[in-house]
Order: sequence, then C-alpha cells, then structure tokens
Amino acid sequence: MGITVSMTVNGKAVTADLDPRTLLVQFLRENLLLTGTHVGCDTGQCGACTVHLDGRAVKACNILAAQAEGATVVTIEGISANGELHPMQAAFREHHGLQCGFCTPGMVMNAIDLVQKDPHPPENMIRAEIDGNLCRCTGYHNIVKAIAAGAAAMKR
Amino acid sequence: MNAPVIGQSIKRKEDYRFLTGGGTYTDDVTLPGQTYACFLRSPNAHARLKSINTAKAAAAPGVVAVFTGDDLAKAKVGGLPCGWLITGVTGQPMKEPPHPPLAQGKVRYVGDHVAVVVAETLNQAKDAAELIEVDYEVLPAVVKIADARKPGAPLVHDIAPDNTCYVWALGDKGAVDKAFAAAHHVTSLEFINNRLIPNAIEPRAAVAHYSRADDSYTLYVTSQNPHVERLLLTAFVLGLPEHKVRVISPDVGGGFGSKIYLYAEEAVLTWASKQVNRPIKWTAERSESFLSDAHGRDHLTKAEIALDKNGKFLAMRVATTANMGAYLSTFASCIPTILYATLLAGQYTTPAIYCKVTAVFTNTAPVDAYRGAGRPEATYVVERLVSTAARELGIEEAEIRRRNFITQFPYQTPVALCYDTGNYDATLTEALKLADVAGFETRRRDAEKRGKLRGLGYSTYIEACGLAPSNIAGSLGARAGLYEAGEVRVHPTGTVTVFTGSHSHGQGHETTFAQVVADRLGIPVENVDIVHGDTGRILFGMGTYGSRSIAVGGSAIVKALDKIIAKGRKIAAHMLEAAEPDIEFRDGAFQVMGTDKRKTFGEVAFAAYVPHNYPLDKLEPGLNESAFYDPTNFTYPAGSHICEVEIDSDTGATRVVNFTAVDDFGKVINPMIVEGQVHGGLAQGIGQALLEGCVYDPESGQLLTGTLMDYALPRADDLPSFKVDMKETPCTHNPLGVKGCGEAGAIGAPAAVINAIVDALAPLGVRDVEMPATPERVWRAIQNANAAKKAA
Repeated sequence: MGITVSMTVNGKAVTADLDPRTLLVQFLRENLLLTGTHVGCDTGQCGACTVHLDGRAVKACNILAAQAEGATVVTIEGISANGELHPMQAAFREHHGLQCGFCTPGMVMNAIDLVQKDPHPPENMIRAEIDGNLCRCTGYHNIVKAIAAGAAAMKR
Repeated sequence: MNAPVIGQSIKRKEDYRFLTGGGTYTDDVTLPGQTYACFLRSPNAHARLKSINTAKAAAAPGVVAVFTGDDLAKAKVGGLPCGWLITGVTGQPMKEPPHPPLAQGKVRYVGDHVAVVVAETLNQAKDAAELIEVDYEVLPAVVKIADARKPGAPLVHDIAPDNTCYVWALGDKGAVDKAFAAAHHVTSLEFINNRLIPNAIEPRAAVAHYSRADDSYTLYVTSQNPHVERLLLTAFVLGLPEHKVRVISPDVGGGFGSKIYLYAEEAVLTWASKQVNRPIKWTAERSESFLSDAHGRDHLTKAEIALDKNGKFLAMRVATTANMGAYLSTFASCIPTILYATLLAGQYTTPAIYCKVTAVFTNTAPVDAYRGAGRPEATYVVERLVSTAARELGIEEAEIRRRNFITQFPYQTPVALCYDTGNYDATLTEALKLADVAGFETRRRDAEKRGKLRGLGYSTYIEACGLAPSNIAGSLGARAGLYEAGEVRVHPTGTVTVFTGSHSHGQGHETTFAQVVADRLGIPVENVDIVHGDTGRILFGMGTYGSRSIAVGGSAIVKALDKIIAKGRKIAAHMLEAAEPDIEFRDGAFQVMGTDKRKTFGEVAFAAYVPHNYPLDKLEPGLNESAFYDPTNFTYPAGSHICEVEIDSDTGATRVVNFTAVDDFGKVINPMIVEGQVHGGLAQGIGQALLEGCVYDPESGQLLTGTLMDYALPRADDLPSFKVDMKETPCTHNPLGVKGCGEAGAIGAPAAVINAIVDALAPLGVRDVEMPATPERVWRAIQNANAAKKAA
C-alpha cells in the first residue's frame, strides 16, 4: 500500500510513491540516489544522516519521508554549486576535519545550522552542538577547529 | 631545486569527494536487479538448533530465497579460517573449532548467524526473517573470562576442553623467578583490559554479484584488505578459482581493525549470489554491528614487576587470560600473543620478562584486533606497573622512566623483538615541557580550591608496526605473507597512477603516497593518483592494519619507483648519447653530470611509449614497474603521553583537561595527516579509559551495550583539544625512514588516563581504578578509600 510524497530537494521538486514506512534518509538515498547522506546507526545517535529540513538540521533517519511532505530539503549535495565548496566544506578541508568521510556530510550540515543559529560559536559551544554527530576518526579536534574557521568564513 | 613535498601538510586529495557527498561507500553501490539480504541472528548465547522451519518465510511476498546452515553444508561451503596458528607450551596446536558461516547444530553467541533471507526489497527480507521458526534448546552459557575455565563451565566447543584455545608463553621463566626472589621491591596489580566494540561509523556492508555470462563473482565489501579477503574466501571457504572473484572495497568509512576479517555475511552473500543469480546487498544495522563485528581487548591479567632499591627494573611477570569469543576470528589468536607479550619490555631495559597467555572461548562475539591490537594491552600492563612502582618507591614518574630507558640501539629485548632505533628521553623531555608539568602543582592547588581533584598521568609507550618479516612470522604461526605490493604506472605524458595493496579507510593514502611519488620523481603531486581497494586493478596486497601502510606499502612503492628511475636513466642515456653511469636523476630530470644536457621525466616517459629514439635492442618500451616489499624487521614508533584530569569528588565525574602526546614516528611525510591520526587514536584511547565498555549479561549472554545509547562512544564534549608534537628518529631499515602512526594514540592513552586518575586519588589511598573509569567507578573508589580510612 503506497502513498504519494512530494517535496523539494536541493531546489528540485520531487514526487514518489512510497511504502509509508520509508524514512526520509531512505527516500533520499534509494529513490533520489543522493548517497552523500549516510546511515551510521539505527537509534538516531550518530548524525551521519543530518540534512536541512526547512532550514533546520534534522536527522533524516528519524523522520518518515511522509513527514517531509511539502517541505524543502537540502542535502550535502545541495549546499554548493558549480564545483565550488561551501565555506564550511572548505574549512573542513583546510583544517583536516575529516578522515574516512563517512560522518562528514552530517557533520557539515549540522555545522552550517549551528553557525546560522550563532555566528560566533566558542569552542565549548561547538563541542556541545555537535554532540549528536559521532566521528570515530578525528577525535573531533580538527572538526572543532574547522567549524570555528567555517563560521568566520561564512560571515564574509 | 623543487620545493620539498615530504614533510609538507598538503591538503588531502580525497577530501573534495567526501565533502560534497561524492564518496562511494559499499552501501552506495546499487546494481541492476539487486536484491537485499537480511540475516536472522540468534537471540540466545548458547542453544542447540532443534529445527528451523523456513517455509512461511520462503512463501512471503518478495522473497527470492532462504538459506540455512544445512544448505551451506550440502553445498560444501567451508568454515571461516583463522590466519595464525599458535602452538601452546606443550607443543600442541591451538584448538580451531569449525566456524560455519551459518550456524550448524548450535548457536554460540547472541548475534550468531542462523539463516539468511534474500528478497526484492529490504523490508520484505526483514519481514520474512521474522517468519522463520527456529526451535532453540537453550543451553547454559559461559560469558565471563573468569568463568571460562571453572570446573563444570558450559563448553562452547566440545573439541576445546576447559574452553581453552591455547596456553602459550614467552620468556625465561627461571630467570624471572630468580630475579623476583632477590628483588628489593615487587609491585603487583590485577587488571581487566576492558572489552571494546570498534564502531567504525560506516557499518559493515557487502554487495555480491555473480555473472553467469563468464562464471565470475564481484564482491563489493567494507574491507581493509580486499586481496586477503579474496584469498580466504576462495581458497578456504567457497573453493572458487581465485581469478574468477573480484573483491572491491571502495571508500570505506573507518575500520580500526574491525574490517580486516572475513565475516560470515560476505561469504554467504557471495555464495548465495550464484544460487539466486542476482546481485545481493546487505548492510549491517548498527545493532548488528554491535552484535557481530569482531570486538577488541578483553583481557584478565595479573602483572608484577621486580625492582632494585634504585628503581631499576629487574624482571616482569605477567599472566593473562584472553577472550577469543565464540569462534576464532581471522587474526584473533596472534593478538594476545605475538602482538602483546612481545611488547612487554616497553621502552625499558628490563632484563627478564615472562608472560603466559591463556586464550579461552566464551559465548560472546569473536574478539580480534582493534586499533593497537595487543599493544595497548601490553602498554597498559607496563605503564600501570611502572607508575604504581614509582609511587610505592617514592621516585618521580619521569625519573623512574629515565633510569630504565633503553638508550643503546639496536636493542634486543628479552621478549623476541629487536628495536632498531629510538630516543625515548627526547619525547619525554618534550612532553614534560609541552604539558607544562612544572606548572602542575599550581594547577592542582587551584583545582583543590574549587573542590576538584587534579592528577597527572604518564605513559611512555612503544609499539611494533609493520609486522614482519614474512619468514619469521611464518615460523611463529602466520599463515600469510606480510609484505606489500605496489605498481607505478607512468603514462606517456609523464603523469602517474600508482596501484597499492594498502587500503585507505580514512588514513589519507591518496595524498601521503602521492607525496612520496612526487618527491621521488620530482613531479607535481597533482600528477599522481593512487588507486587502492580493487583486486581487479591491483596486482596484490596484504592491506592496511597494524600501522603498516606507509612503512610497508609506501616502501613497496619506493622500490617500484627506484626501478622506474633506473629504467629512465637507461632511456635518458640513450637520448642524451651519454654513458648510463654519467646520468643523474634529480629535480624531475635526467641530466648528464657536469653538463646542462638533460631530459625531463616527462620527456623520458614519452620516449618510453613512443620509442623512436630508443634502445629497442636492449630495452623494452613502456614505463611501468611493480615491486613487493618484505620488511626485515618491525618498525618501533614510540612516544610519551601525559594526561591531566580533573575529578569532581562528589560525583566521580572525570574530565581530561589536558592531553599531551609527543610521538616519534620516524620520518613524517604529511604532518597534518599524522597529527589527525594521533588525535583519532587518542580519542579511542581516552574512550577506552573513561567511557567504553562492552557488557554482556554474565548469565544469559545478552549484549547489554548493544546500541549507541548504551555503549558510550566519545562525543565532542567528552574530549579536550590535544597538544601534539613529534620527534623524528628515522627507522633504519626502510627506504623512507618511516615507522607508522595509526595506532599510537590508542596504545599510549589508556594508561596515561588511568595513571592520572590514580594520581589524583592516591592521597585518599586509591591504588587502582578499573577501565572504563566511569563516574560511578571513580565515586566508588573514593567512597571505599574514605571508608577504609575511617575503619583504620
């Protein structure tokens, strides 16, 4: 028994017939082949699936695709254009804020959201705000540096 | 003179694709006609399989096939092999129970594989798996190490009495006992080295595809070593011709050891893809990762050190029981032996060491290498003993270490290793400075005023990386070679593709290896691409584990580069009408010495492929060379870690407020990447010390820490920013002078953290705190110490 779901993803209107239990992350990865959004856990803990839903960072494994009906969704593939990096992406590269790259899209999406909420985040706030994004490679040291630098770059 | 590329923090070549969502991880691979697999796993730690009824599942919507252990047995699918044979003290080989990919007769841990459903969609596969009816006769389980050898303990495998896999020993017991008998002081401790669950953020996954057209298989898999995976899969499990199987491990999202091994799911999927003649995808859910990825550590140890009155170490005696879990994983047997007991000399001249290791089976997930693999456990033993002895003898921590440091190299330890080089005082001295140890007393007093307890902990560790050489490892039981392979393909226009048997799953090889190539050939880093992770493109490889990639894989590339340059010299001599000995290669050009006659690397490459002016009578066209490199020794990275903690004595909550690591990895190719490796290792080491602990219910064998809500992976606000620096004492026996850096943080950190906690609590009378030092454990340690004081 399918349902029809429509939303805007990375600026494009999309519609699909889905199994009602389809998660937003499954819809993005499997129907739209936007595989930059990753699934790292099954309990909403790791944050690898973080996307922007109507401008807010959400964990795409924690909502059904049907709940995003009519919404505007932006994924890691949608934050930059023409091969240029978003200032936050560029900061992650500059400060070696990624290793295996698996948590990176979610981390970047959450970092952009946090800078939109507070353009001058101090280190302790950055650490608190990315508490819901797990990274097993970097020890967070360079992620924290990258987000601080990315925040400064986003102001420019 | 070209700008140097070695030693430069060049930004990573791989980052663009990862930052833009353009990486290709195994679960991102979707093949036409793909089906999905769901594994039915045992809910019991130990049970007899009385019957499995798959009829309802097979008839469920979308189901393509259902397979059980019986199907695999009928098809003569073999068991998963163990790659290292340990021979025990009595000369008996270790017990190697069969490890069927799908359980036969019995299940032996929660998460053991009972059946697989293949269906059109993942949801259909999951729904159908719930319809399989399994009649389990639940048996008593043995879960804890301490219980494994108790009389009457349930037997995990009938062929292993007392649940014992092997009893193994290293060192001169007579000399050690004699030294202890005559010692001025003996310090002894008992430890649990806590069991860890690796938790790479990318879960394990596989996509298997059988092509009837050419009777060949392609397996996409989250593997750190695709060639080893293929060898084990074809030669030992499925009996397939190796050349008909291609294993691709594309972008892999972290490994930390857990993706070295051949797992049941990968074998089952490959076999089943032929049965259903469709591609099959399986991706672990995180809860499956917790249950079925190989776990790490899990030792129970009694350790003693004997000292003279000046604090010189006379001898060390260690007895460890190591948990293998329910089955022997691929390298399980060599971790608590070859990679553990051999490291017990640490950085010290301890003349006599004896270590006995008893490996046991329990009804828990298999245990194998996890970042550091044996070496963190050894470092924990040595460094906890050293710090405890220092306190007992009233000698300063740095001082007791300096009195015992090895200063003459090469140094033959009493536990088989021969250290080629090192400078332990240099890293310690630098760490003391960087950690501002001189200012610690002031910080401690300030903390006291705020009602907090501060402590400082040391760990001066050694590790052995790049396990080698193959023939010696073979004599110790290794069933594989330990070399690495590399191929350098120079294209006609002088750009280069390098095919390496190493595998990057976060380490940044595409950049570091390109720097090595660019440096040797004098060409831009942009002109070099590194290819890894595909048995169809790379000649061979042993893969990445044990911090071996740059030391072994990098050296293989250098050997191939040397052949390229040697051939280039011949070509250039012909082109320049000069004698070959007169040609020198530097700054990217072949030049007649003492003249300005030269040909650039690109010109020579072009001549090799368009051989018009070329010595065709003496030399083949083309510029493509490969090499295998088998190291003559391990490398021995070492360093000094200093941890400063602050403890809230009311709650036991412990924060790492400063962590300093000064490491010696030999020559450093890319400092930015190396520092990143240290940071990540430290996070896992601090995680082990403070947060992470795998807990099974001791009776039922249920995994109690089976989700990220129950198993505490370090989060950003659990950790400080780190102070990291390096000293370079180049390795003497590989061409780059490199040693490896991937595991250092995880090896050194746990002892430093616990030593810091004990330092903070020692005035109360606390002598030890078990890992992970959770607030509850620290609080109890404080309460117990206070109660003991009152009673006294």
